[in-house]
Amino acid sequence: MSEPMRHMETNSAELGAVPQERHPMDDLLREERLPHIWCSGCGIGTALTCFISALLKSGLDLDKVVVVSGIGCTGRVAGYVQLDSFHTTHGRAIPFATGLKLANPELKVVVFSGDGDLVTIGGNHFIHAARRNIDMTVICVNNFNYGMTGGQHGATTPVGSITTTTPYGNYEHPFNLPYLAAASGAVYVARWTVLHVRRLERAIGEALAKRGFSFVEVISPCPTNFGRWHKQRTGLDTLKYYHTKGVIRHGADPKSVDIELGGEVVEGKFLDIEKPTFQDSCAVMVQKALE
Amino acid sequence: MSNGQEILTGSFFMQGDIACAEGAIAVGCRFFAGYPITPATEIAQRMAERMPRVGGIYIQMEDELASMNAVLGASWAGVKAMTATSGPGFSLMMENLGLGIMTETPCVVVNVQRGGPSTGLPTLVGQGDMMQARWGSHGPYEIIALTPNSPQELFDLTIRAFNLSERFRTPVLLMTDAEVGHMTEKVIIPPPKEVKIVPRRKPKVLPGDGYQPYVADDDLVPPMAVAGEGYRIHVTGLTHDERGYPSTGDDSAQWGLIQRLVNKIHLYKDEIIEVEELDLEDAEVVVVSYGIAARTAMWPIELARREGIKVGMLRLITVWPFAEEKIRDLAQRVRAFVVPEINWGQMVLEVERCVAGRAPVYLVPHPGGDIHKPEQVLAAIRRAVA
Repeated sequence: MSEPMRHMETNSAELGAVPQERHPMDDLLREERLPHIWCSGCGIGTALTCFISALLKSGLDLDKVVVVSGIGCTGRVAGYVQLDSFHTTHGRAIPFATGLKLANPELKVVVFSGDGDLVTIGGNHFIHAARRNIDMTVICVNNFNYGMTGGQHGATTPVGSITTTTPYGNYEHPFNLPYLAAASGAVYVARWTVLHVRRLERAIGEALAKRGFSFVEVISPCPTNFGRWHKQRTGLDTLKYYHTKGVIRHGADPKSVDIELGGEVVEGKFLDIEKPTFQDSCAVMVQKALE
Repeated sequence: MSNGQEILTGSFFMQGDIACAEGAIAVGCRFFAGYPITPATEIAQRMAERMPRVGGIYIQMEDELASMNAVLGASWAGVKAMTATSGPGFSLMMENLGLGIMTETPCVVVNVQRGGPSTGLPTLVGQGDMMQARWGSHGPYEIIALTPNSPQELFDLTIRAFNLSERFRTPVLLMTDAEVGHMTEKVIIPPPKEVKIVPRRKPKVLPGDGYQPYVADDDLVPPMAVAGEGYRIHVTGLTHDERGYPSTGDDSAQWGLIQRLVNKIHLYKDEIIEVEELDLEDAEVVVVSYGIAARTAMWPIELARREGIKVGMLRLITVWPFAEEKIRDLAQRVRAFVVPEINWGQMVLEVERCVAGRAPVYLVPHPGGDIHKPEQVLAAIRRAVA
């Protein structure tokens, strides 16, 4: 029989004397749910960090902030934030969020989900919420593929990309999300990669402060399922790609910011306008109805 | 907020769909999301007219998937919410009906049934969605569904549907049909004090004092905090534990959750099941029916009685959970069952299951588009005693 493993005698009272450090974001994360499910090198965690950081600086009453996600890797965000949070069905975060916001206008509603969820299966809801100018912030982590199910192509996959369902290269034309959002009626449209964390955080902050349908596209690495086919085996490889190919062009015509495989990634704030929200217009109608 | 328009107390000549909308408003529904579809559109139109005047929201969504989700979202914002649709839209709602069941979200879904399958007979009657109501969403669950047979009952059952949805924290289906929805008849809307309203069950602890969203009371229904109250809840369609956190690696979570979701309804079904009995005391033949098909069976029952056949009716007002005990009891003493329904045999399967071979069960099917002719039901009653 072997000896019990030797270990240093510790005095719990002494341990207690060590100052307990808390991370500034601890209050906004459900610690008991960590570690998260995201792969090494994934960009969703960075996007979440930027969101929480923006939220802490926003001055919003956090008891009134609601996060709604759909299904997929980014869809898990709702499960990690220490806020009222809803993990809904695939593609349906936006209509669920619409119900929340209209039924209680005091809520600050944030939809945080992925490209497959928001603009592929959920594309119809995306364009209609933008058209109605529903007062919500939509953060879309775009990693160009369906990560959760093992890397299939979707509505944002660049032409030529190899995925598990485009083994000979993707031959479908993808959506350009800033253009889609702007054309559909969004009042705020920005795109940043997860390399540009300060700018991303600022953009999310601006989007949160905006009344109406605000949209932030977050370009993110997915080394496990997308990068691996495109000479970006680690998240760092993809960040280096963003460093080389990222081009900041504020005010660029959203029509011109298509993403091509291996091409430049245009980033910046593309749109920031004012117009009446659904609820503004609704209030005018109610006055008419009551006359 | 009262502007005196919430409950239109009085006696009206009113269409069923309109009565449904008024029932919802009377019981406190203040959010309606829908998508136009015949023969349910009048409910949406009435809501579009009335909601702005009673401080509620009407929103016409882009499809029925969106409508169902907006209703769930509104319920989680603390507002009573409803949608109304017909067959094709009902099919589109099934996945998210499941989200409502899984997350225990009170709300009401009205299905004004029409002829199917597919686009079928958009303007004409059907009762072909009864089994879809029971099993249409994936996975194991229990559901509550009610079927009215008149505009008045559509009004009354809309109120009851909301109250059951709050009592049991679950979506409740109101399975009416094109005939009842489009029928115009006398509808009495009672004074406000006579409208029973079951309030939502709220947490007994304050935010920060250890509230767990899925710790149920003794009757298996958990009190419900909603968004914006400070409880910082997490709600997911994944299998979850009592904290509401996903728990997919532990089969005890799935066992516990499913058993509770089923039993919170199953164990209290006597509180839910409502039937109407007509001439059953001496009956040798029992017509089991519901909705418009039950109403059209009244005349052939009377004709059969005149011929000396001892026939009565069991009308299902609650269709799900099914009135099992009632059928089992009757099966001990009657000679036969006759089941007219405007489909190719759905609720008859439940009748057969409960009769369990103790008596013959005759289906009187109808593909939809019209109601049964009295002769069809009468012929089945005669055959049952032949």
